[in-house]
Amino acid sequence: MTSSLSKRYTYYFLLPAGIVYLVFFIFPTVMSLFFSMTWWSLTDWKFIGFDNFKTFLTEDSLNVGFKNTIIYAVVTCGLKVVLGLLLGVFLCTKLKSVGFIRSMVFFPTLLSTIAVGIAFTMMMHPSQGLFNVTLKAMGIIGPDWLGDTKIALLSVALVDVWKGVGIATVIYIAGIMSIPNDYYEALMIDGGNSFHKFWNIILPLSKPAMNSVIILSFIGGLRTFDLIWAMTKGGPGFSTDLIASIIYKQYQGGFYGLSTAGNVILFIVVSALAFPLYAYLNRKEVDL
Amino acid sequence: MNTFKKGISLIFSIILITGLLTGCNSGGKNANGDGGVTLKLLMDNSTNQDGIRAVADAIEKKYNIKTEISTRPGGTEGDNVVKTRLATGDMDDLVFYNSGSLLQALNPAQNFVDLTNEPYMKDITNTFKKTVTVNKKIYGIPGGSSRVGGWLYNKKVYKKLGLSVPKTWKELMANNKKIKAAGKTAVIGTYKDDWTSQLIYLADNYNVMQKDPEFPKKYTEHKATISNSPAALRSFEKLEEVYKKGYMNKDFLATTYDNGLKMLAEGKGAHYPMLSSALTVLNKNYPDKMKDIGIFPQPGDSKNSNGFTTWMPSAFYINKNGSNVEAAKKWVKFFVSSEGLKIFASKDKPEGPFVVKNAKVPKSSYPAVKEMLPYFDSGKTGLALEFISPVKGPSLPQITTEVGSGNKTAKAGAAAYDKDVEKQAKQLGLSGW
Amino acid sequence: MITKTIKRSQFNPLVVRSSKKEKPRSKSKWAIEFMAILMTIFIFGIPFYFVIINAVKDATESASLNMAWPASFHIIDNINAVFQAQNGMIMRAFYNSIMITLLSIFLLIIMGSMAGYVLQRKKSKLSPLFNFLILAGLIIPPAIVPTIWVLNSIGLFKTMPGIVLVEVALHLPFTVLLYKGFMATIPKEIEEAAIIDGCTKSKLFFHIIFPLLKPVSSTVIVLTAVAVYNDFVNPLYFFPGSENATLQLTLYNFTSMYKTEWNLLFTNILLISIPPLILFIFFNKKIISGMTSGSIK
Repeated sequence: MTSSLSKRYTYYFLLPAGIVYLVFFIFPTVMSLFFSMTWWSLTDWKFIGFDNFKTFLTEDSLNVGFKNTIIYAVVTCGLKVVLGLLLGVFLCTKLKSVGFIRSMVFFPTLLSTIAVGIAFTMMMHPSQGLFNVTLKAMGIIGPDWLGDTKIALLSVALVDVWKGVGIATVIYIAGIMSIPNDYYEALMIDGGNSFHKFWNIILPLSKPAMNSVIILSFIGGLRTFDLIWAMTKGGPGFSTDLIASIIYKQYQGGFYGLSTAGNVILFIVVSALAFPLYAYLNRKEVDL
Repeated sequence: MNTFKKGISLIFSIILITGLLTGCNSGGKNANGDGGVTLKLLMDNSTNQDGIRAVADAIEKKYNIKTEISTRPGGTEGDNVVKTRLATGDMDDLVFYNSGSLLQALNPAQNFVDLTNEPYMKDITNTFKKTVTVNKKIYGIPGGSSRVGGWLYNKKVYKKLGLSVPKTWKELMANNKKIKAAGKTAVIGTYKDDWTSQLIYLADNYNVMQKDPEFPKKYTEHKATISNSPAALRSFEKLEEVYKKGYMNKDFLATTYDNGLKMLAEGKGAHYPMLSSALTVLNKNYPDKMKDIGIFPQPGDSKNSNGFTTWMPSAFYINKNGSNVEAAKKWVKFFVSSEGLKIFASKDKPEGPFVVKNAKVPKSSYPAVKEMLPYFDSGKTGLALEFISPVKGPSLPQITTEVGSGNKTAKAGAAAYDKDVEKQAKQLGLSGW
Repeated sequence: MITKTIKRSQFNPLVVRSSKKEKPRSKSKWAIEFMAILMTIFIFGIPFYFVIINAVKDATESASLNMAWPASFHIIDNINAVFQAQNGMIMRAFYNSIMITLLSIFLLIIMGSMAGYVLQRKKSKLSPLFNFLILAGLIIPPAIVPTIWVLNSIGLFKTMPGIVLVEVALHLPFTVLLYKGFMATIPKEIEEAAIIDGCTKSKLFFHIIFPLLKPVSSTVIVLTAVAVYNDFVNPLYFFPGSENATLQLTLYNFTSMYKTEWNLLFTNILLISIPPLILFIFFNKKIISGMTSGSIK
């Protein structure tokens, strides 16, 4: 039965997608393993073994790139998971303003990252910016959001959350909406309150949604580039450089081989974190 | 029907309509058949185009050669655009690009037309020619005036506080102290545009060369590094000192270049370590304040050696693999002719002396440019390091930002930069690295 | 899974709550709602207000970057100036961006749905490999320079087809995942019936399955439209050149070393946000329903 069912479908359907994917993604990725071990000028290359990796690992700014990338991914992912859940639960209630709030929360995800980055950079100006002017009116001296090397990365992460929490929220809403009716009915018979509803039903049963949010935002965080580039370009100094922006800078400098080595390193870092995470979350999902 | 189908049909109709539009576009483009040549010129988006456009108009009248200017980003981002377009055989006919070390990284022998034997080369100063020469062949013509790196200052503030132009670093620091005490910003920092943080380091090269004339040579051959050469390390220490003494504006990490110029023009800040190309920008935004703006060289430790570090103009190069090489040759020949330079200077005031022998700085020049001339006349100038040595690291702006904002010591910054340049030297294949 | 889906369509959490005894709106509920709206306006509304209000000001007023009500309105002048900047670069950019986006969507829907359909239905020894490739595409960052090298070797560097194919390749994994996830909710019985009616493989897909995929197709449209339209990095590197400008690049037209024309910059932000806004109004309701199946899978 299974085999006859399977025959109904043909792998020829994979050809268009497969060819494009192979030529423009898989092949360059595989070639990057080779070119990362070369001195490369696009037209000309010379094999130099692991020199690029050595240079990359001894770069002062690389350690900070590793650390920053992980901090950035964890902070943005964590906030999106928590805030998205709270918003999602809130927006599944009967309040009249739900539609309005949902639209407001979701709309930033549709905007240009560069535009959002530029606008927030202005709002985060230490003396004239909207943030600190508002804080000053409340009697608080605001920090130099993007200039203070200790908090600049977190400031960018906040903007990322502002822009991206809408996606997380929508995924949660979808998850919560798909919780079957019976559970609530059962709870009502047992006489549970809203907290029980959240803790015993919504939280465990929206786990698939939560897993999606974790995976999507964590990988997104590890690969982030646009927002950092629009807001700080990795500065001040190297304090907000992420692996992706370091790669980009090497590329800009014309160090094609070195940049490609950075690509391979990022690839290793992301895989080393994301594949196990994915496997772990998926295993848990089966338990449900 | 339903939204989905509507959406799909909307998409198709837009594709169809836009497709028709392209048809029109490409049809329009070919209709340029009056026998004239159109040269494409690629330049960065931060250079003032007025002078170049005026010359291009004259060329169009004279030779029926049109010029179409397209722009690219500046800085390292732009370097890469140029490199990529050359590497992929997709370069415009004329390229406006830096002279000096950056040119070396472009592989000129393969990409640009050799201009060594052009008759006009004898009119161009040797200092400039050296910066566009690779393996004894000359590839470029000057695309403007030379510039200096120094300290722009507001003369009104100086007058009000009774200050005089400092001849030593100590005197400069004493001036800063007085300016700060008077409640003004002594040194304008604009590190939001991080390239501006390099100036104290870069403009110090005259002083380095006075103390250690062999430094560039040793540096290029990897026999000296910045962190182990006291003369060169001193430049980083100056940068560090300005921060440590708190002479910069409070928001210097969030301040941009154009804000910095505003502060200087309005007298809110007294000093701005900068290239003299800022004068053009100042003139565009604050023409009535030009008389208040002066410039002096970044002083060294001794009164006896006081001079400007100079920058050679960017150059025009001709794309060897372009389809209009002959027209492009005519174009550059006219540009460096005295007629061409005159038209250029009428629209684009020089930011320093010209590097063509018979071209004089016009009387109507900025006061600050006139202030530089005595140094040039008495030979108290020296080229910036990037014109003498191909060794320049890509991360200098970030490193000077770190040192200039107290996140790294001068020593650590110099060491980090030594590492950074190593990468560049290796990429260029210099011997000794 | 199938039973779950069928249930979902009948289910509405609001019904449960409304079956509770209806009490009049309490004060605390009112307060909560009021606070929620206030917070939303504060956190999400003010940045929009900030951009909009500065877009209607003149250059001097916008330079102080505050929230004050403009002394006079200059939005028409600003729009004119934005359209004239850099020889009307924004028009070219609109054309390029919209073309790239539409072509990418078109290809992604066709390719993605075909692939997602087969990958969900056909199980073989190759399935783990395909799953791995999809996952890899979601996780691995694209290799920039080698991709340029590939494009250049086949003559597609700096061309519209080149950038479209790169965008398609980079967005395929997620698209396929969405389709694959949604396919799981479509009962196989439908196909069985069609096969009995004598449908061919491609007819089966394009006439019967593809129309059923429309909720997820609209999700794909929205998501890729947003991603490709707002993409900054890929066009910058795979589609460089002044004639190839895309809208994201026009944002840099007004920050030169001479000055930053904030009013024009903000006007530009507004202008390029119009297409996403239209999309949002058009597809708003479709987003969540599509997301349900795709992302959660």
